[in-house]
Amino acid sequence: MDYVFHFGPILDRWPLLLWGLSRTLELSLVSMVFGLAIGILGAVAKSFGPRPVAALASAYVELIRNTPLLIQLYFIFFTLPFIGLRLSSDTAAIVALSIHLGAYATEIVRAGIESIPAGQIEAGKALGLSGRQIIRHIVIVPAIRAVYPALGGQFILQLLGSSIVSAIAAEELTAIANNLVMQTFRNFEIYIVVAVMYFVVVQAFIMLFRLGGRLLFRWKV
Amino acid sequence: MLRDFTFNEVYFLLLATRWTILLAVIAFVGGGLLGLVIAGMRVSPYAVLRRAAMAYIQFFQGTPLLIQLFMVFYGTAFIGLSPDPWTAAAITFIVNSAAFFGEIFYGSIESIPRGQWEISRALGFRFVPTLRLIILPQAFRLMLPPTVGFTVQIVKGTSVASLIGLTELARTATVINTVTFEPALVFGTVALIYFALCWPLSLLGASLERRLLVQKVRGGPLGKGAAASPAAAVAGPD
Repeated sequence: MDYVFHFGPILDRWPLLLWGLSRTLELSLVSMVFGLAIGILGAVAKSFGPRPVAALASAYVELIRNTPLLIQLYFIFFTLPFIGLRLSSDTAAIVALSIHLGAYATEIVRAGIESIPAGQIEAGKALGLSGRQIIRHIVIVPAIRAVYPALGGQFILQLLGSSIVSAIAAEELTAIANNLVMQTFRNFEIYIVVAVMYFVVVQAFIMLFRLGGRLLFRWKV
Repeated sequence: MLRDFTFNEVYFLLLATRWTILLAVIAFVGGGLLGLVIAGMRVSPYAVLRRAAMAYIQFFQGTPLLIQLFMVFYGTAFIGLSPDPWTAAAITFIVNSAAFFGEIFYGSIESIPRGQWEISRALGFRFVPTLRLIILPQAFRLMLPPTVGFTVQIVKGTSVASLIGLTELARTATVINTVTFEPALVFGTVALIYFALCWPLSLLGASLERRLLVQKVRGGPLGKGAAASPAAAVAGPD
């Protein structure tokens, strides 16, 4: 083993790597917000919507969950220009990631909704709450609370999965890493450093979610 | 010169599906066996092995599959290796899915009441025979649904191998898209092929899960300690 590790060329470019990391976080957080919004709508549609709407929501969930993110990404990136929507690779990445996460979030939030006892909704009706109030305060908020850990896990998967958008040259950590590889030929060192960066961020988010869960859901059920 | 997207192109895609399936089978079998070892280490009486298994799972679940693949494919040159895409993809998918299977199997093993271990020990069984003859046969029913569920993630995850130039389904799709420039048709067809592979598995996983739940509610042979579905990564690394 004559190989000499050179981390120097990588450490010289650490601002670039940090910028890539911030882009990865941005992609994950923005798509998480949109994905969660889609998920809540989808779950309400599946649980309370009229039959055609519920069926549509189910079809969306099944289609997205049973095809690879990479293909969804390609489909959105290459097809949308044909209907006059020319998206930058960054925008296409956010759209694809949001639609992808939306399907998983729909299933997660729906599981939360199912965990709400019917009596609780009836109690809301008996207290004279409106339908919208019931869905918001008695169904959605407790449902999200019930599935909060699952949503956190899904966010972690989204953060890791976002590395795939480097395939359409969207700018984030993995794409930056690939560029640095071409500039420095320090393949192993770069991927090790980037893997450690992902790892540290993931562990930080796991801790953050644990802390956040404790702060957000202090009241007793 | 552009080509049309005809049945010929669909045929190419179907041929490429073989490699997607082969890669998934390699990852499933190799990852399953290695995952069993990881799960065994995770519950072994030796703290060193337990900690090693934990670190293994944490690393592979805490970094992107794509980076792992790049590390194996581009990064192993420093020990004088330059694996071809197939070797790199096979190795990466085996070690990656082993982490997820390890976690799934561990969750199922943990659901078996501790008393079973104690009784086996009292009867003179050592660690490996206890695990193999007493714990695993019972845990098997519990690990089956999440295992099937994770298989869907494996099939989808193989698409990532296209990014190191392995000519499976996703890679063939981008090639055909380049020459036909019919992205909606090409990627639509490919999505349908993946769907046809994954959906039956998803349905099977869900129905196994429901059956297990019914048994649990009826107070099946596993009794109180058994969890319906072990904490498993049902949504994986694709």
